[in-house]
Amino acid sequence: MGKEKAKSGSLARRPDNSAFKQQRLPAWSPMLTANTVLPFFYFMSLICMLLGVWLLLTVQSTQEIKVDYTHAGECNVCFEIRKNMSNAGESCICTVEFSIEKPFKGDVFFYYGLQNFHQNLRRYMDSRDDAQMVGWKENLKNPSIYCEPFKKDQNGLPIAPCGAVANSIFNDSFTLTYIDSSGTEHKVPLLRRGITWYTDKNVKFRNPKVDNLTLAQVFEGTTKPLYWQKPVYELDPHQATNNGFINDDLIVWMREAAFPNFKKLYGILYRANKPFTKGLPAGNYKIEISYNFPVQYFRGRKQVVLTTLTWFGGQNHFLPIAYLVTSSLILLIAVVLTVVWLKFGKNGKNMEE
Amino acid sequence: VFLSVTVMSFLLLQNNAIKTSKYNIFTFLPLNLFEQFRRLANAYFLFLFILQLIPQISSLSWFTTAVPLILVLSITAVKDASDDIADLLLLSSSEPLNLVYVETAELDGETNLKVKQALTVTGDMASQQPSGQVQGTLTVNGQTYALDNDKVLLRGCTLRNTEWCFGLVIFGGPDTKLMQNSGKTTFKRTSIDHLMNVLVLCIFGFLASMCTVMAISNAIWEVREGSVFTAFLPREPGVDAALSSFLSFWSYVIVLNTVVPISLYVSVEIIRLGNSFYIDWDRKMYYPKNDTPAQARTTTLNEELGQIKYIFSDKTGTLTQNIMTFNRCSINGKGYGELFDFSGQRNTDKVDFLWNHLADPKFIFHDHSLVETVRAGNPEAQAFFRLLALCHTVMPEEKKEGELNYQAQSPDEGALVTAARNFGFVFRSRTPETITVVEMGKQVTYELLAVLDFNNVRKRMSVIGERNPEGKLTLYCKGADTIIYERLHPSCNKLMKVTTDHLNVRDYAGDGLRTLVLAYKDLDEDYMDDWKKRHHEASTAMDGREERLDELYEEIEKDLQLLGATAVEDKLQDGVPQTIEQLAKADIKIWVLTGDKQETAENIGYSCNMLREEMKDVFIVAANTAEGAFALEKDLQLELLRTACMCQTVICCRVTPLQKAQVVQLVKRYKQAVTLAIGDGANDVSMIKAAHIGVGISGQEGMQAVLSSDFSFAQFRYLQRLLLVHGRWSYLRMCKFLRYFFYKNFTFTFVHFWYAFFCGFSAQTVYDEWFITLYNLVYTALPVLGMSLFDQDVNDRWSFQYPQLYSPGQLNLYFNKKAFVRCMMHSCYSSLILFFIPWAAMYDTVRDDGKDIADYQSFALLAQTCLLVVVNIQLCLDTHYWTAVNQFFVWGSLAAYFAITFTMYSNGMFLIFTSAFPFIGTARNSLNQPNVWLTIFLTSLLCTLPVVAFRFILIQLWPTINDKMRHKVRKEALPAPAPRRLPTRRISTRRSGYAFSHSQGYGDLVTSRRFLLKKPLKSRLALFTQTDSPLAENQPQHYRTIAEEPEEAQSP
Repeated sequence: MGKEKAKSGSLARRPDNSAFKQQRLPAWSPMLTANTVLPFFYFMSLICMLLGVWLLLTVQSTQEIKVDYTHAGECNVCFEIRKNMSNAGESCICTVEFSIEKPFKGDVFFYYGLQNFHQNLRRYMDSRDDAQMVGWKENLKNPSIYCEPFKKDQNGLPIAPCGAVANSIFNDSFTLTYIDSSGTEHKVPLLRRGITWYTDKNVKFRNPKVDNLTLAQVFEGTTKPLYWQKPVYELDPHQATNNGFINDDLIVWMREAAFPNFKKLYGILYRANKPFTKGLPAGNYKIEISYNFPVQYFRGRKQVVLTTLTWFGGQNHFLPIAYLVTSSLILLIAVVLTVVWLKFGKNGKNMEE
Repeated sequence: VFLSVTVMSFLLLQNNAIKTSKYNIFTFLPLNLFEQFRRLANAYFLFLFILQLIPQISSLSWFTTAVPLILVLSITAVKDASDDIADLLLLSSSEPLNLVYVETAELDGETNLKVKQALTVTGDMASQQPSGQVQGTLTVNGQTYALDNDKVLLRGCTLRNTEWCFGLVIFGGPDTKLMQNSGKTTFKRTSIDHLMNVLVLCIFGFLASMCTVMAISNAIWEVREGSVFTAFLPREPGVDAALSSFLSFWSYVIVLNTVVPISLYVSVEIIRLGNSFYIDWDRKMYYPKNDTPAQARTTTLNEELGQIKYIFSDKTGTLTQNIMTFNRCSINGKGYGELFDFSGQRNTDKVDFLWNHLADPKFIFHDHSLVETVRAGNPEAQAFFRLLALCHTVMPEEKKEGELNYQAQSPDEGALVTAARNFGFVFRSRTPETITVVEMGKQVTYELLAVLDFNNVRKRMSVIGERNPEGKLTLYCKGADTIIYERLHPSCNKLMKVTTDHLNVRDYAGDGLRTLVLAYKDLDEDYMDDWKKRHHEASTAMDGREERLDELYEEIEKDLQLLGATAVEDKLQDGVPQTIEQLAKADIKIWVLTGDKQETAENIGYSCNMLREEMKDVFIVAANTAEGAFALEKDLQLELLRTACMCQTVICCRVTPLQKAQVVQLVKRYKQAVTLAIGDGANDVSMIKAAHIGVGISGQEGMQAVLSSDFSFAQFRYLQRLLLVHGRWSYLRMCKFLRYFFYKNFTFTFVHFWYAFFCGFSAQTVYDEWFITLYNLVYTALPVLGMSLFDQDVNDRWSFQYPQLYSPGQLNLYFNKKAFVRCMMHSCYSSLILFFIPWAAMYDTVRDDGKDIADYQSFALLAQTCLLVVVNIQLCLDTHYWTAVNQFFVWGSLAAYFAITFTMYSNGMFLIFTSAFPFIGTARNSLNQPNVWLTIFLTSLLCTLPVVAFRFILIQLWPTINDKMRHKVRKEALPAPAPRRLPTRRISTRRSGYAFSHSQGYGDLVTSRRFLLKKPLKSRLALFTQTDSPLAENQPQHYRTIAEEPEEAQSP
């Protein structure tokens, strides 16, 4: 207040003498000098190289096998059957064999992969109703307009889950069998649950809840998606709680992939019993495939991926190699910069006016 | 415009409270929105918004465009909500003869009263389009009366000494003269603005071509892939590949529209506003003597202050203070008032005028001998001061006994009369016929027989007075030396020589002093009677009046007796020579355009270092000559310009306000350079408006120049700070801002472009819609604003020390089309890294627990995080001046990004607004993955390091002036402020400094009865009648020497 009083009088309009108003704020003015830039480049080169080597070693320690079964072996028959829409109801089972040279140690993850399947088309991605799948009752019977043309069936019954995404769910199923050296077949046990994000399973997807009603009763008045064989509340015949919108396979599918080639988790090796306690032993395997999902329409391919993981995720060599390349590039630049600095910059001649 | 009397509304004008506002509460919203959408940019965003409402096209949610648009519209609307008042036609008032006294201080800063008179009839009125000049006719019973400025009260005047008046609104709102005159300045646009408009057009073209590429690609994709994918995603009825491609074009217009973000315009305005505030706040541009801070009146031109190539300066009041001090005189061959005595010591003790109780206490004189001479009764000295006390057109004002105030129409006269007053010849009062003078304490009244007025041809002024009661008739004359010398009696030859010596050797003129020579002549009574008769005849003659009067004057003003000469110093403003030197070092060309005479202008040129003795050839463009005026005509324009631009210094003298503006426009048109005009008077208004930037000196000459200027301050010397510090920084900041802003938005947008190749050109966005909405508004707004408001390459002291730092602005180096293309290429590189590195790192990867991470939402989060980190690092590289605020903005924005992201992707938001926030859990599930962070780190490195390396090499090999200075700053301590150099004394070559800054016509005024009939007003004297404010008429103001010819120039 005293300050303001002092300001009155003849100097009433004098601007304040604050550092901010006078643009004198204390500041740090860094500059690109040889002392900072050159060590930084060498240091970064070193960091990248270390990271690259470490990541490469990590990635090398994982194992992965990809089996394309689109029309491999007897699956070709199924492929031909699926070409015709009218055979959609007809089941087709085929088997693909492969062998593992080295045992897969630790947890082994079973993925199905699709290629050239565009889950990322704008209209495809929009064609879903999160409000329906989180269990809001009004949306169950009256799905969002975005689900068109999979909002209601010909009879006007609302589809649950609605939309193109849910409608096109991947519906092949697999049975993996290990054939040991004696020829005995061991069914490889797969955990088919716990394959989704926690938040998806518990928050984003919920069944509509009505007290004293079974799931089937809740879904009464809705119909299954066009391409589905079973209604949503009967997706998992083995586990009653894995039905409805919270079915793991459905949730995995509903998390749309960013790119047209993608793989999605199908199951995790259950390692409680021999011979799978340490992972997948080396040897011959066969996969029995219930071949339902048609890919010939979009020139797609289907595959099964088996992989072990590290903290870094699956077997993706890109990052380690990218780090190594970056490291060498930075080193190269650093050397060039050093030479330029020694030849031109150091004597300060260019800096003279 | 035709207004009928029947709609005449009689309004009480006591407080000017007439509202003719454009909007009212109910019409404000629709009208204002309509006005705003007439602006192209806003219309474009409205168009985008409408596109988004079409479901087939909408590739983004409505809020991504609506939120920024609403924000921008509301900011602008607040600005627009203002009221207007109208111009009135005066109908009648409370005073006799329907006179109205108004004060126009708010309009032009003039504090004297002006008289308006109403017409006594009423009728139909027709007036021309509002154009700044009020002209029209009033028709009553078939008779037509002319309407002019005399009868119009302008918006902004205040009534004085008048109880009420009635008026008819003739122009309202934006048509009022005030708005008409001030409106022109608001449309000034900077060169950056023009460049931006061109660039925005280019960007539109670029956007269209990108969308075309997308549309064609989409058509191909739809035929080859989409057609076979229809099993999973059936097409909407009626949509085939061609239509889909068409829709995709518009969808991509929406997705890629961020290349022209609406926030660009808002941010640019904010930055300019901020930098304008710095000007307002600058203490070093505050003038404590009259409590005037600098003022940025136009807030949209700041960066152009850093690009000035030509300065056009007025002289009087701008370079000079327009304060005249009576410095020296030569009386009867003896010189007085030397500042330095024989030993070269500066004479500092002031003469004490206590013996004279009527003396002006502010008057300062250093030579005691003069006072002694006068008091000793030296007849020549007394005659000398008697002449000064009698021969003038000054009006006295004595509010209290002994407190005299002079209202002089030229400061020279004021100085001379004040000098006479202090030396014992006090001019006390005047009536049309008499002048009362207190001569050495004795009151004497002189009969004023005739005033032979000044004009530009005569260059002299005389009065004929009869001393009462003796009845001695004397003619007193003062004027230019050459003119008076011609009319001296031969007996004065010797004295004339001595006096000429004083004028030459003592170098009155060389010091920039204005000199006048005084002479008198005793008159014979018979002759006088005869002359008076003839004078009366001549002055009432119907034809040839002027010539006949001139002849009479010529006849009586001869055989004069020389008394001596006076020298009045036209004081330079503080620091003018230094400022001019600084600006010259910054490679700014300074042209002085003045209405003064050649000699005066030349003098000032020398005294403020613009002209130096070693300059041999001085071309003077005298605009009052036929050639000069002609040179501004078409044919010779280029020749004039070429000649002028070869000169180091250009001084144009005797230029009219219109010609000033013409010169400015000439340079503007042919040199493609940024011009600045600086002036303080009404005659500079047209020049100020014509130049790219107008600067008004808020001095003593009223406010017209300031009101039409873009920047104003009290002293010329602040110009160097305005340009070299504020201008340079503003330009630097604006360019940095634009480069960075285009970079960040192009980078942002191009990533969508690359993603299109993976998503079937379906206009799927890479980022979350909320990120798109908030990217420009929240996440990246403050850091770049911080940089553009605080950045300095070197501080102000260094900016002064090295004025050459200013030159990059003049050459447009920091932001131009080339820099823009470089920005685009840089963005292109960054976006390639920003898309393909995350793509390659993610497409076949899973989380460490085997779950999904290559899903769309995780990828979107990764891509947007990479982008934000990279653009922030880029900002850090661009920031040269890290204040705490910058740190806070950068880190705060990053923190805000993560905070907002986690909030929007939280359970709560999803459960409340299910369809708006589908990204539930994405942040938690992917940001805990090491490979996500490793990807972010790699993209940042790859985006940043090449930039660092490139810049480092540039600094090493081809350092710019800024790099050199910054390098120097690191090595050296702050330079001491440049020592104040004493102006070197100039070599004394004779440059006649005649100046008599009168305008003609005041002789008539003081002898006419018109203005002395009424008793003096309470506070001020309505002496200098002005039919209207100079603002309205754009007329030369008094106190000034300007062109004789009537001002026809409205600013073009």
